[in-house]
Amino acid sequence: MIQVASNCVGCGKCVATCPFGALSLVNRKAVPNSSCTMCGACVSVCPVKALSLPAAGAANAKKDLSAYKGVWAFIEISDDGKTQKVRPVGFELLSKGRELADQLGEELCAVVIGDGVDKYFAELSSYGADKIYAVNGPAYHDYNTAAYANAMITLIKKYSPSVVLYPSTYIGRDLSPRISSELFVGLTADCTGLSIADGLLIQTRPAFGGNIMADIKCPDYRPQMSTVRPNVFKKVVTRPGSMALIVNETIAVPAAAGKVRIISKHFDETSAQDKLDEAEVVIAGGRGMKDAAGFAVLDDLAAELGGAVGASRAAIDLGLRPKEKQVGQSGVTVAAKLYVACGISGAVQHIVGMEHSDVIIAVNKDANAPIFNVCKYGFVGDARQLLPKVVDAVKKAKGK
Amino acid sequence: MNIIVCIKQVPDSTQVKVDPKTGTLIRAGVPSILNPYDHYALEKALAIKAKTGAKVTVVSMGPNQAVAVLRLALALGADEGVLLSDRAFAGSDTWATSYALATTIRKIGQYDLILCGQMAIDGDTAQTGPGIAYHLGISQITFCDSVDSDGQRAVVKKLIEGGHQIMEADLPVLITMTMPVDYVAKYPSFMAAHKAQDKQIYVWTAADINADLHKVGLEGSPTRVSRIFPPAARAKGEMISGSAEEMAAKFVEILKKESFVK
Repeated sequence: MIQVASNCVGCGKCVATCPFGALSLVNRKAVPNSSCTMCGACVSVCPVKALSLPAAGAANAKKDLSAYKGVWAFIEISDDGKTQKVRPVGFELLSKGRELADQLGEELCAVVIGDGVDKYFAELSSYGADKIYAVNGPAYHDYNTAAYANAMITLIKKYSPSVVLYPSTYIGRDLSPRISSELFVGLTADCTGLSIADGLLIQTRPAFGGNIMADIKCPDYRPQMSTVRPNVFKKVVTRPGSMALIVNETIAVPAAAGKVRIISKHFDETSAQDKLDEAEVVIAGGRGMKDAAGFAVLDDLAAELGGAVGASRAAIDLGLRPKEKQVGQSGVTVAAKLYVACGISGAVQHIVGMEHSDVIIAVNKDANAPIFNVCKYGFVGDARQLLPKVVDAVKKAKGK
Repeated sequence: MNIIVCIKQVPDSTQVKVDPKTGTLIRAGVPSILNPYDHYALEKALAIKAKTGAKVTVVSMGPNQAVAVLRLALALGADEGVLLSDRAFAGSDTWATSYALATTIRKIGQYDLILCGQMAIDGDTAQTGPGIAYHLGISQITFCDSVDSDGQRAVVKKLIEGGHQIMEADLPVLITMTMPVDYVAKYPSFMAAHKAQDKQIYVWTAADINADLHKVGLEGSPTRVSRIFPPAARAKGEMISGSAEEMAAKFVEILKKESFVK
């Protein structure tokens, strides 16, 4: 349990902060109960520094971490059954990684594993990589957990980076925990913000399934590792025409790789318009759309504006759309040019999945709904009544 | 064949409410459920049991009340349960949790197939399954929506970006399961629950599994929460109200101004 020192003044700030309801005031002192998970959320809010976590063991306290230098981005290669190319989230990681590396005064490195990866070097360089570590060969043509984890671990042990970023994709989420487990380092999932303070990576993400954000750090372990969803960071060409230093590494595939085999691959025939994460216009509905008829109007508006339809977790739970249409922390993150949130109240998990959109329009009956705090235009009213009229008006405006 | 299913008790996220004043969670009165992905993984394990006669053991780490999800699993047809419960595990992040669960599975000893939900809905990290596989030194396939096994190999349908692939793995292997869109969790009948009362649930501590205390709880957890804060307040956007007709006209005006309707 969290430790409470005698200088506690009983102000109660920690009680209100605890995500688990594990603190209460007894005789004007904070007292934790057995629900305490030692998450540490209360430690930073205490004005008199009376709260602390039990001291970490000596084993990790005074390790020399100064040898760890460099910010790395794991570059994922996408494969649609016909061609392979760099998945765009790799450029987003490099763009954010460039900022972090500059702040640290360290180099930015792209790590690319695959078959014929040299064709990606120029583009990876333009997004700011100083150096590219390449593990190349037919054995790496398809992603394989054991083969890729072994390659990454070999490189990390050899070159000791301070930060490694992974995409939060099927591949990134399969690979990164395997690496963090073997290296005994931290891994923070689905970060929505990354920054540097006092030389440490500050990893921000929504926490405890609620309307609250947490900063997470790994002070005593290196490298510091994070996963980031596609569309969370903007990709920026910072070094057009430049070429990174290429470091080719030959790493043998371990025998364990053969224990798991791909029998066949199948790709969905989805049009670009159906792909939420790539759509320029997203019309999203929440609990306020109530039923299938409510969502049918969203389909109409999306058809008129050439967009895709998404849904909040509440609407998914109501069965109004399949899970893959969920926008938010546990669904898809979108960065649309236009995002229309209809009948969505705006829980933080939803907000982090759409706030990077350029123009956000919100429609909600409740004028105090949090969604209005992130929108550019907020319509106070019942989306089910307003949207059919909007669809008609759009048709008219287009001269139909 | 021996199948182990790792399960977790979580707060029912559909019923968690936020205090409008403080922005923090109101957890009081929120019911606990079996993590839905784990529920699905368990059903898949029981389907393999029905075909092959495999023994299904369910394992959970948590406070004493987490025994409820083990009881549920036994009532659904699992054969035995193990609850790993000790204050020494408090403060565990995904690294320490996967070490503790892997150490538990090692003590159970016999396993051919380990099934986990792809993630718990109260953390959304999807890290514990792969972590367990690493600590046991076995293969993993993550994000599968079907799994079958004949006791020699496992065959799965695994989700990948833009599609899926059929894969096979030699046993032992750890599989993490996603769930179909239309999945509705099954619950046992009263009779089944009653009959399962006789099934055994073992409660083990850190000492029982011989855990290295440097690798559990806070000490075994590389990550630290350094600050917790409400999302940044932003400037409110332009607010529009009025009759539906007035607002629809304004809506289209905005779409034109922002060049989404030309």
